[in-house]
Amino acid sequence: MTLTQSPLDAIHRERGASFTDFAGWDMPVRYTSDLAEHHAVRTSAGIFDLSHMAEIYLTGPGAAAALDYALAGTLSSIPLGRAKYSLILSEAGTVVDDVIVYRLGEEKFLVVANAGNRFPAAAAIRDRAESFVCVVEDRSEEVALIAVQGPNALAILEATQGFSAEGLAELGYYRCLPREFNGESVLVGRTGYTGEDGFELYIDNAHAADLWRALEAAGAEFDLLACGLACRDTLRLEAGMPLYGHELSLDLKPVQVGMEKVVDMSKDNFVGRDGVMAGVSANAPRLVGLQSEGKRAGRADYPVHANGRTIGVVTSGALSPTLGFPIAFALIEPDFAELGTTVTVDVRGTEIPAVVVPLPFYSRKARS
Amino acid sequence: MSIPANLQYTSEHEWIRVEGSVAVVGITQYAADALGDIVYVDLPKAGTTISAGSIVGEAESTKSVGELFAPVSGDIVEANQAVIDSPELVNSDPYGAGWLFSVNFSSIGDVMSADDYEAMIAE
Repeated sequence: MTLTQSPLDAIHRERGASFTDFAGWDMPVRYTSDLAEHHAVRTSAGIFDLSHMAEIYLTGPGAAAALDYALAGTLSSIPLGRAKYSLILSEAGTVVDDVIVYRLGEEKFLVVANAGNRFPAAAAIRDRAESFVCVVEDRSEEVALIAVQGPNALAILEATQGFSAEGLAELGYYRCLPREFNGESVLVGRTGYTGEDGFELYIDNAHAADLWRALEAAGAEFDLLACGLACRDTLRLEAGMPLYGHELSLDLKPVQVGMEKVVDMSKDNFVGRDGVMAGVSANAPRLVGLQSEGKRAGRADYPVHANGRTIGVVTSGALSPTLGFPIAFALIEPDFAELGTTVTVDVRGTEIPAVVVPLPFYSRKARS
Repeated sequence: MSIPANLQYTSEHEWIRVEGSVAVVGITQYAADALGDIVYVDLPKAGTTISAGSIVGEAESTKSVGELFAPVSGDIVEANQAVIDSPELVNSDPYGAGWLFSVNFSSIGDVMSADDYEAMIAE
């Protein structure tokens, strides 16, 4: 299979990145060291190519109502310049994808979906928007996405040649603002998937490489490091953020993964409402955070045991680079999901004790 | 990509350096790079008898787990405590300070020259 190339591919190759097939895209997994890249985001800043993400635009007088019907949340109520996390649900009330929605205008929205769900997400939105007056456009292949994440992110954007950073210092979390780079439009969101302050920059492919180089040039004095998808995964895990295909799937309802608040049941009619209303069986697995001692981490698909039997499965896990101990998400029987419960993770035949802990594992607010 | 000519290699991306009756074993830079930053190693203890081709340990990175195969048969002389304490040595110096274990060997399994190994990973 031929992999799709990012518009920033040449830059990654110049920098000697290692690549991985991510949902059919040939994307950098790391440049030199995934640990160094992880720590850079926590302590200075990292720059990521996320051009594989899917960008789906809705435009028209019915766009807001279409999204209220298509998604789990009430997107019509978010003001201009706001972003909101939401879910696309199946009729059965399970998760088709998790998305970020940006309100770009009274009648214009951007839905950012996972690369691996681009087609199902776009198809669901298109089908569900059919009876509303709006145009749905999947521009995933034309729009590049560059994220600058970490405590130095703002300073880097402000120092970037040709970039209009006015207003970004005051831009709140989950807000967005249209800006310019050398006269070209850039949508700037104060969003991210790392648990740090940071920005995500949406720009047409043709100008993405110039923007990346300008950001890197400005970032040199702020210890900005090019970061691959390996550290993005450990960063989001520490921050307690789910990854579709691991913590979210068509087999899971929002309540199982602690996302009942993302679903606005006060809406009369949206796809998945009946399925959510039907609830889940008393024994349906719940998503929990697990923490262990030592260095051996549970990983996706490793069994979780208690009372001599299997009570669940790890969905994501790693030795936390920031915290120094193993952390994991797991889907386990509700009887064992209470905070403080001790279970064991079967790490290739060795039973490693793990405790159910609150999420997130890491919060930047917790550090002074 | 460093592939020292004085070592022998296995298809499992391990290297061996024979010193008399003792073989020193590690993983290649290619393997270390492919794993990413190594954060944990599980090595066979001194005195353990191993047989060529069997799984004797693990190297874990943040992203994945690599199994360590015994390239020789014999008895473990020493597991490298420096690597157990600082697994990143495997990434920074895979053929030197990042060696994994040494074996008082009775026989050597299938090995190849540096040139052959280079050709193998080029494929």
